[in-house]
Amino acid sequence: MILKRRSFIGTGLAAASLLAAPIVWGQAKLRVVVIGGGAGGATAARYLAKDGGGALDVTLVEANPIYTTCFFSNLYLGGLRDFESLQHGYDKIGAGVTVIHDMATGVDRAARTVTLAGGQVLPYDRLVLSPGIDFKDDSVPGWSLDAVEVMPHAYKAGPQTQLLKAMVDSMPQGGTFAMVAPPNPYRCPPGPYERVSMVAHALKQTNPTAKILVLDPKDKYSKQALFEEGWAKYYNGMVTWVGPEFGGGEVEVRPDSMEVVIEGEAQKVDVCNVIPGQIAGRIAAIAGVTDDTGWAPVHPDSMKSKADENVYVLGDSSAQGDMPKSGFSANSQAKVAAMTIRGELTGSKVFPAKYSNTCWSLIAPEDGVKVGASYEPTPEKIASVESFISGTGEDAALRKATYEESLGWYAGITADAFG
Amino acid sequence: MGQGALPLALALFVVMGASPVAAEEIGDAARGAKLFQRQCAACHQVGPEAVNRVGPTLTGIFGRRAGANKDFNYSKSMLRMGSDGLTWTLKSLDTYIENPRSLVSGTRMSFRGMDDPVARSDLLAFLRDYSDQPRDIPEAEPTALKTLPDLAPEILSIKGDPEYGEYLSSECSTCHQRDGSDQGIPTITNWPAEDFVAAMHAYKAKLRPHPVMQMMAGRLSNEEIAALAAYFESLD
Ligand SMILES: Cc1cc2nc3c(=O)[nH]c(=O)nc-3n(C[C@H](O)[C@H](O)[C@H](O)COP(=O)(O)OP(=O)(O)OC[C@H]3O[C@@H](n4cnc5c(N)ncnc54)[C@H](O)[C@@H]3O)c2cc1C
Repeated sequence: MILKRRSFIGTGLAAASLLAAPIVWGQAKLRVVVIGGGAGGATAARYLAKDGGGALDVTLVEANPIYTTCFFSNLYLGGLRDFESLQHGYDKIGAGVTVIHDMATGVDRAARTVTLAGGQVLPYDRLVLSPGIDFKDDSVPGWSLDAVEVMPHAYKAGPQTQLLKAMVDSMPQGGTFAMVAPPNPYRCPPGPYERVSMVAHALKQTNPTAKILVLDPKDKYSKQALFEEGWAKYYNGMVTWVGPEFGGGEVEVRPDSMEVVIEGEAQKVDVCNVIPGQIAGRIAAIAGVTDDTGWAPVHPDSMKSKADENVYVLGDSSAQGDMPKSGFSANSQAKVAAMTIRGELTGSKVFPAKYSNTCWSLIAPEDGVKVGASYEPTPEKIASVESFISGTGEDAALRKATYEESLGWYAGITADAFG
Repeated sequence: MGQGALPLALALFVVMGASPVAAEEIGDAARGAKLFQRQCAACHQVGPEAVNRVGPTLTGIFGRRAGANKDFNYSKSMLRMGSDGLTWTLKSLDTYIENPRSLVSGTRMSFRGMDDPVARSDLLAFLRDYSDQPRDIPEAEPTALKTLPDLAPEILSIKGDPEYGEYLSSECSTCHQRDGSDQGIPTITNWPAEDFVAAMHAYKAKLRPHPVMQMMAGRLSNEEIAALAAYFESLD
């Protein structure tokens, strides 16, 4: 049935929409299963339900009953936001979405089913994967998931973020906070450096002689000039950034003794935030849609997996080209995927894909900066069309307006995704 | 370059700086004075003694940031444009006087706008006499004096496709909340289509300063702007 319908869609919109109605009425609703209720998945589920006009049966599978946003979690570390303000439930997601709180453990692409940890098997006509990230084994010598309670990553928001904050708050006077920054590609390119800014802000209030040591395998990073300017202005002397040239790329950690080893030299630290190298959320590899890089290649015009035309991959897990791995990007990609899926299943109009992203970062209270771009699909990748970035030396009024805008964005995107 | 070049260049500079250069002709200031009297003076004063009335004083308006007169109570929208970086230049004032809401959506200035480009130039020539350095205005070469060329009647009359608008609007709703909340980012729900179109073209022409919006509007075609305008106006 599905195969036949697809061949009609190829022949033109009119034929497809004429045909769509009787099929939808004549059989059970077409089923879309979305795995992952984060920035990408929750948005996709909502837009599928809203735009599908009741023609689609949309199921969202999400492991946790409450989603904690990584975005703005650094502001929580800085003491500028409370933890609850990062949390969003699924009760307002809309009547058209069935939410199942369970872990997806298997995908059978031949049978088109998803298996959940609880044993349930969900058949699908289209599958959307937006499972975020997982961490690479052996990315940082000495660190493994067994060490997360001692050296937290806090790069999936939740208890890890709370743990890291508690550690920062109870650091001894004059102590050292070390961050092992991740190699490319990883979620939220400016995220580690916004975190440095916010930890510095927190320490400046209560522990002004503390030090922050950033060990980085990259020789340059997102918004670098803006962060460096801000660190000198607000936290002078507190932050030391060690790039690969000085051993930042070859760091070993020792969770048992709370040491970081830089070029063979061990140094004792008080807090160690290890942000390891990343790969697509595990279920993407289980589904067999990832490649050697650990990410899932997709078609730039639709976010459809290159491995399977019934599967879409959104957000951090996807390998699409120029878009950064961000909540904004995931949300933008979800809308293109939802529109395409709706077009395939109900015959509704399909418009050309447009993508965009803006990432705001906070350097100090009310000192916000942003970087953004618009994107379009080319045959090879999602390609950047136009971009902009805040300038160094901007006045305080503009920085404050940028910060206030980021508050508006947070309210906007969370309402867009969770209702 | 030889050693002798530098003193010569300096000498030239000094000579030019010393000789009074007349301000470039931009319009008929006398006619502008009459226009001001008729159309602006009920709310605005200009001149050495001018004070804020219903509208802020216009003395020294050139080069001032939008919303920067500390003693005047501006609309939120005007303050936002100011912090985004809108500065009053010949070009931006011309755009604003042509259609205030194309630059500042929620302005309190209740003025329909002045269609006639000659009248606007006359008015601006008059206002320029009350600036600190009239001969530094226009700030850039005169060709930069550009208003909203895209707002030809045929563009304003494009009938937008609301279905397309709805899809395109999903890009807006990442930041602009549909329920009309207005926190840090202005609401665009229920915006009159005409104002929406004018504002988008002002971003597209980079007459409005905001970089995200310049980028977003920059890639919208006339049809797409019309589609979005039709959609947002229709929201309830
Ligand atoms: C410190 C930090 C700051 C950031 N700041 C910003 C910012 O300012 N702006 C911005 O745009 N982005 C920011 N980001 C990035 C942003 O959080 C991510 O890019 C975004 O969340 C990606 O969305 P996603 O849908 O791909 O994954 P996620 O939002 O991570 O969602 C994945 C969801 O899938 C669920 N899941 C995974 N596997 C399964 C499974 N097998 N079964 C069931 N459920 C599953 C998870 O529980 C999770 O809820 C930041 C990230 C960090 C770490």
